[in-house]
Amino acid sequence: PNIQQGRQRCIYGEVSPTEAGGGSDSPAPKPAASPPSVPRPKDDFQEELVIRPLHSGDIYTSFQFRTLWETDFTRENKVSHYRLFPKSLGQVISKFSVRELHISFTQGYWRTMQWGQPYLPSPPGAELWVWFQDSLTDVDGTWKELTNVLSGIFCASLNFIDSTNTVQPSASFKPLGIGNVTDHQIVCTENLTPWKKLLPCGSKAGLAVLLKSEKLFHSSFHSQAVHIRPVCKDDQCKTTSWELRQTLNVVFDLHNSGQGKNEWSLFKMFSRTLTEACPVASSSKIYIDITDNSQGEQFELSPATPLLSQAVVLGDRRTFSVYDLTQQITFGTMRSLNLLIRGKSSDMLRPLLHAERYVAGYGLQTGEIHTLMYNNHPYRSFPVLLLDSVPWYLRLYIHTLTVTSKGKDNKPSYIHYQPSKDRVRPHLLEMLVQLPPNSVTEVTLQFERALLKWTEYTPDPNHGFYVGSSVISSLVPSIVAMDTNNSRERPLFSSFFPSKEESSYFVRVYTEPLLVNLPTPDFSMPYNVICLTCTVVAVGYGSLYNLLTRSFQIEEPSPGLAKRIANIIRKMRGVPPL
Amino acid sequence: MATTEVERRRGQLAALSIAAVVIIVGVPLWWRTTETYRAWLPVSQIKELAKLQLHLSADVEVVFARGTVTPEQQKKVPLTQTQNMEHRVDGDSFNAILTPMRLSNSASVEADLSLHTLSESPSGSLVVYVIPESSSLLPQNVDVYIGQRRTALLRIGSQMRVGKTLEQLLAHMEPRIKQVLHVMSFSHTDITAALSNRVRISPGNKESIADSMRAFKSSPGYEITFSLLNPDPKSHRLHWDIEGAVETYIQPLLTKLSPVANFSIDSQTLYYAMLGVNPRFDSSRSTYTLNADSLAHVINPVEARLGSNAASSNPVLNFLLYIPDAHHSPLYIHDHKKQQVPTNAFHSPRWGGIMVYNVNEFYEVDTVFPVDINIDMAKVMGVFLAQLRLLLGVQSSTPPPGFLVAPCGNAGLADWELDRLMWSRSVENIATATTTITSLAQLLDQIGNIVINDNIAQQVSSAVTSLQLAVSELEAGNLGFALQYSKEAILSSERAFFDPSLLHLLYFPDDQKFAIYIPLFLPMCVPILLSLLKIVSEARQKHREKKPKKD
Repeated sequence: PNIQQGRQRCIYGEVSPTEAGGGSDSPAPKPAASPPSVPRPKDDFQEELVIRPLHSGDIYTSFQFRTLWETDFTRENKVSHYRLFPKSLGQVISKFSVRELHISFTQGYWRTMQWGQPYLPSPPGAELWVWFQDSLTDVDGTWKELTNVLSGIFCASLNFIDSTNTVQPSASFKPLGIGNVTDHQIVCTENLTPWKKLLPCGSKAGLAVLLKSEKLFHSSFHSQAVHIRPVCKDDQCKTTSWELRQTLNVVFDLHNSGQGKNEWSLFKMFSRTLTEACPVASSSKIYIDITDNSQGEQFELSPATPLLSQAVVLGDRRTFSVYDLTQQITFGTMRSLNLLIRGKSSDMLRPLLHAERYVAGYGLQTGEIHTLMYNNHPYRSFPVLLLDSVPWYLRLYIHTLTVTSKGKDNKPSYIHYQPSKDRVRPHLLEMLVQLPPNSVTEVTLQFERALLKWTEYTPDPNHGFYVGSSVISSLVPSIVAMDTNNSRERPLFSSFFPSKEESSYFVRVYTEPLLVNLPTPDFSMPYNVICLTCTVVAVGYGSLYNLLTRSFQIEEPSPGLAKRIANIIRKMRGVPPL
Repeated sequence: MATTEVERRRGQLAALSIAAVVIIVGVPLWWRTTETYRAWLPVSQIKELAKLQLHLSADVEVVFARGTVTPEQQKKVPLTQTQNMEHRVDGDSFNAILTPMRLSNSASVEADLSLHTLSESPSGSLVVYVIPESSSLLPQNVDVYIGQRRTALLRIGSQMRVGKTLEQLLAHMEPRIKQVLHVMSFSHTDITAALSNRVRISPGNKESIADSMRAFKSSPGYEITFSLLNPDPKSHRLHWDIEGAVETYIQPLLTKLSPVANFSIDSQTLYYAMLGVNPRFDSSRSTYTLNADSLAHVINPVEARLGSNAASSNPVLNFLLYIPDAHHSPLYIHDHKKQQVPTNAFHSPRWGGIMVYNVNEFYEVDTVFPVDINIDMAKVMGVFLAQLRLLLGVQSSTPPPGFLVAPCGNAGLADWELDRLMWSRSVENIATATTTITSLAQLLDQIGNIVINDNIAQQVSSAVTSLQLAVSELEAGNLGFALQYSKEAILSSERAFFDPSLLHLLYFPDDQKFAIYIPLFLPMCVPILLSLLKIVSEARQKHREKKPKKD
């Protein structure tokens, strides 16, 4: 942990610990006064929905709710007064000295090749990564307690996250985190409800009224996340405020539900329409990606909006129609907004970076993990950072590690490998690999499957064991100039990863999780073994005992059967026996 | 013939020696390897604790002012007198608490009043100043005045002065002093209330039972949460200076109460938080009303939004300030007699308090919503402070007639009120820890399968030690230490009781054990037993054969 703490210090070293949470308290109770004496709130809430018709005909909807709060959770001896920020999360931050917290629950796999890059990437299953304050000494104990508390808050079994499936990456999560973990978990309504409860307006008003679980989970991809981090308030980053971002990304498969018609509306997707913005939100907007439709030939949008906005997202300049929910005019005479799009969407930018992973080999003894990373850029090569966390029960043979691109050996410029310890910690492999232009880079690694103790198997061991996604982080060369002015007001979806230079943008890609079969015993075996062993012992012991205790003596051979029968007959006849 | 006899003999010896090996080596080996680890527990001390008898005593110093004692009464000074009053509190789990109250009256005569008021008396003790009948210190109809510290003024009555000696004088004054003591330190009902969870309350009056159920159970810490419920953020933009209000009104009380427990305060604002019942419209006054019997349904839907504290497991005291939405305003709470409750607030025992704050005076004819509203925190905190006192068990029991109680000062809590709380909390803590420890010991005694680890044994013994210390300190009257030790006792006893390692193998059934043992033990033991039986029967036969020979 020392390495990360050092890094963390240099990133956030400027944060002054004396920043006050709410300064303007006057001891004397104020009389009910007129509006001008109202203090400016130190927190701010924004909500946003982005809708992007995808190339494949699916609809990508991305909700973002952001709460910003100018406060300092690290203050000693605090009295915490929450307004928009949820109290439960605030208490977690101050109790466990959390610097950053990112948690995501995802169902389904994001198909990068068909759908392009998501605004916020997340791996299938649950993922939690946390940066702790450098004042914290017992990281492991705090991590364990934190996972337990978070599983309570989000109704998820995060408490199964322990040291055996947690890694502390040395470089991969540098911009945002420390202590990463992935865990396979089915996401369901019970995770959505507590997530909605964290919003100031709940699901009563604003964009959150659309979040109806039976529609959201009837989708191809569903990912909900909570990101808490300190963000800079100005360019110099002298002061920071805390940002809570709640995101929900859903991909609706409209071919199935729309009977083949290329027509969708808010009501069709969510079975609700919008009637108002959340009253406490300072901004509440809907963005619809109409880049491919600037002339209106591909699809039509109703009601039409005159507001257009341009934003550079993921290395591409996109145009959006904007609906501002804080304006009464948006809702029209019907006092409700039901966006309707007819038609078909077209091209998308081919993702420059994408990756896939699979397990090769046969039998239950050995296997091979293949990771393929595609660089689709026609002429630029760029480096990627690959993070692999493999459970200890796949014993990696690190000497078999090969990295090849275009048939040639590609030597990684940085390798950090932490071997696993049985039942203690997983393998951690981080590599910095240069991807040549327009190429596929293949990383292969052989492993041996371990035999687990019989209590370590899951209730359905023949289903196989999940191995979390590997994470590929990279600065991908951008085609258009990125917006580096971070203080400017921008749509929320384009501001999550701050870009430091104009020529490239940050992308994180998650591969598929692996499903690996381990040699599985017959679980009635222990009792069978007990019985068999006991029988063998008993037989051996019995014969030995017999030999030792029997007294041997010569006995007259008993007369044969014929003789005995003859004797009986002779007795009946009264003749002396033979 | 002789060889067969030798051979038989050898077989018998072999069987006997195998049986001996099995009994001497096999059985102990099996016993040792399958034994559950059970660390030593101080069982005898725990048993003693189960029959614990508490003797509570409060030191009362009686100071006679000039002109209250006749010269011949002065002759025998000083003197200490002990009087016992016995109270029995019985229950099934907490065997018997005897609370004889020692009234030790050390009398000092002709002491200077002003000199005494300066000296600080230790917590748990009382000073009673006896002033002349004619003194103008007290109003005409007041006999006893109870101050903010641990002092009381007692006007000496004419009928009390008949005694010749000081003992007689004190004996005459004793009923009065007892009354003072009941108000200022502890009484039978207090102790019963503190033990109400441990012992069965004798069917007394309903009021006192309700009183005893109101306060939170003793705990090493409490979380106080103030929630502002704004069901209508479209109409109201609310501002409350909770930070300043907590600093001004709540913090002094909590600082004073810090010996009793740790407190942490937080606040939150909840939007679209509705009450569970629809208020009734009262057309005669054009107001909305909440009836007393519907108040029980108010809390549940709100509670789902309040959220539990993620960072600690201490009990939470909730204080909700509810601003009715514009369409249901003004809203008033009506009591059982259909009268408006003046504070417009109510509390729920062991849960918290709710106050309805009407803002309709901010509406004007041409008001543009949302309205900015600043909440008057003095009004709100006055109500919440009173509720907090009730919920924390700072009971203001109605004093007997002729008593005048000084209004509580800046801290909202007099010294003797704190003492009272500490008395009952110490007793409650001791009772709780004792029940926990005794039931744990009983459980471990009954279920032999439970593994007792060393750390549990250590927790148990530290709990027992703290308990014994707490009892002795309490009996000595050192309230602060007693409370401290009793808290430690609770903590370690709970830690031992709820240790997850106690759950392992708790329900490992015997039949499964036998299913595993039988394949091994049956084939081994049957031949041994049979041959032993055979040897015995042969020996008996030989014995019988010998007898006729002798005859």
